[in-house]
Amino acid sequence: MSEEKYVPKSKLGQWFDSRLPLLTLAHHINDYPTPKNLNYWWTFGGILTFFLIVQIITGLVLAMHYVAHADLAFGSVEHIMRDVNYGWLIRYLHANGSSMFFLAVYIHIFRALFYGSYKAPREMIWIIGMLIYMLMMATAFMGYVLPWGQMSFWAATVITNLFSAIPLVGESITTWLWGGYAVGSPTLTRFFSLHYLMPFLIFGLVILHIWALHIPGNNNPVGIDIKQLSKETVPFHPYIIIKDLYALLIFLIIFSGFVFFVPNVLGHPDNYIEANPMITPTHIVPEWYLLPFYAILRSIPDKLGGVVVMFAAVFILMFLPWLDTSKVRSAVFRPLYKIFFWILVIDVIVLGYIGAKPPEGMYLIIGRIATIYYFVHFILIMPILGFKEKTKPLPLSISDPVLGDEDKLSSEKTMNNR
Amino acid sequence: MSSSYAVLTTIIILLVLFLYLSWVFVSIKVVDKEQKGETTERRDFLFTASYALGAVGVGVVVWPLIDQMNPDASVKALATTEVDISKIGLGKTITVLWRGKPVFIRRRTQEEISKAKNVQLEELKDPQKDEDRVKKPEWLIMTGVCTHLGCVPLGDKGDFGGWFCPCHGSHYDTSGRIRKGPAPTNLEIPKYEFVDNNTIKIG
Repeated sequence: MSEEKYVPKSKLGQWFDSRLPLLTLAHHINDYPTPKNLNYWWTFGGILTFFLIVQIITGLVLAMHYVAHADLAFGSVEHIMRDVNYGWLIRYLHANGSSMFFLAVYIHIFRALFYGSYKAPREMIWIIGMLIYMLMMATAFMGYVLPWGQMSFWAATVITNLFSAIPLVGESITTWLWGGYAVGSPTLTRFFSLHYLMPFLIFGLVILHIWALHIPGNNNPVGIDIKQLSKETVPFHPYIIIKDLYALLIFLIIFSGFVFFVPNVLGHPDNYIEANPMITPTHIVPEWYLLPFYAILRSIPDKLGGVVVMFAAVFILMFLPWLDTSKVRSAVFRPLYKIFFWILVIDVIVLGYIGAKPPEGMYLIIGRIATIYYFVHFILIMPILGFKEKTKPLPLSISDPVLGDEDKLSSEKTMNNR
Repeated sequence: MSSSYAVLTTIIILLVLFLYLSWVFVSIKVVDKEQKGETTERRDFLFTASYALGAVGVGVVVWPLIDQMNPDASVKALATTEVDISKIGLGKTITVLWRGKPVFIRRRTQEEISKAKNVQLEELKDPQKDEDRVKKPEWLIMTGVCTHLGCVPLGDKGDFGGWFCPCHGSHYDTSGRIRKGPAPTNLEIPKYEFVDNNTIKIG
């Protein structure tokens, strides 16, 4: 987006900015032109940034008390809970913070799906976002292992065993990942090291994500390009900042509800039993945010097949900008896609539900149907719909739906007000 | 191990030095010839050699960083476990830890043995005779790790009177062979031997 060249007012500012243009950067963020019709679904980027920082700070503090050793880890977590000043609070913030992080990221991703934010010229934003999402899953998984409870141990066992499905070298890879012949102390220490590293990688990718966003600028609920910067955008500060802050406060109320009233409701009680390599708990389930992929893994009756399909379910999202052939971005003007979008949302929720249930009988059948539909949506429906669908006429500008003919655009307007 | 690594590193550093000096030497010549309008292929060879050696050099530097994650000497040192089996009753199983993994030691009943022997090989996903899985038919010794994703199967459960994995629903028979479910292979048999009638050594 074109902006006037910024020159700091003071002599000192000019001296500094010509050597390291931090003031120009601050000015850019401050004045960044943002579409004036952004709704509350657009506030989750800010919420996610906030939660990344919460996770890094609480994690940093927890690492001062935690001991990464198979014999001591479980006890050190209890030590944090009982002895360390406010340790309970910091740990519950960190544990529930990860759930909130994923809740926000799922809303963020589905918002992009609904409004076509992944389409040209925003493909790089989407791809970097997907890399962040994958790193988030890896980080969350390794973090879940650290308390060294039964669920930690068996989650580590099952997930690392996914790699044993690779032909020929699978076994060597798992042994290498474990640093032994089973999950043990060497596994725990390396997971701790990587769990500490990855949030910083995510942080770096977030900077690239925002950088890539600031090249074409935000998408918006109507999904058409900005025609006139001065009339159709507002500066990021104070308009968007204050809106993001309001949404963040509402989100923090939900977060506080979990932390202070039901801090363990999203966890599994078996994780308060210390890891025991001799006994597998009868029902092992991953954290809620990984359940849809777990359901996909289990719906395939073949080991290698299940692993391949599960990874494919994540990677296919990377190709979405090219699988979606429609020129229209926003689902507001795509009557059929809108329906398929909500079917996909339901499908993913069904997969999540199935992932929490034992893999037998009806659950297995439903899981298989939902898995097939998941892929059909991306491989068949998305490309075909782009050619077949008759889209509604697009407004001339993003102001049109608000200021233009009321009757003609009433349906869009209800959508914008959501 | 450490001395051979040092020798390898030294050789590569010397080779890089040699390549660098050749570069300097050839560059002077090439500049000479180019000025006279001649070309040469000696530079191409040096390019290829430099890239190849560079790749080997990176590999040599990165390998210790990768290999440090493999099982270390202290983990490997715990390679064998001796178990007293005299107190195991007929039809009972004990579980011992060997290299961090559970190992099932089951004293099978006559009925279980004949059941395992009577299975037709065509019925099996991973065909293997019961005789090939035991040293003495009475004693079935195998790693208690489901070959699907590594959970510990439960004993005396499942559709085939053997083991059942609660994680993803694999059924094993009285010989620990996979019969139903996502696991690809039979429960693994570790290396073991009978030290005497009452003791086995695993590993």
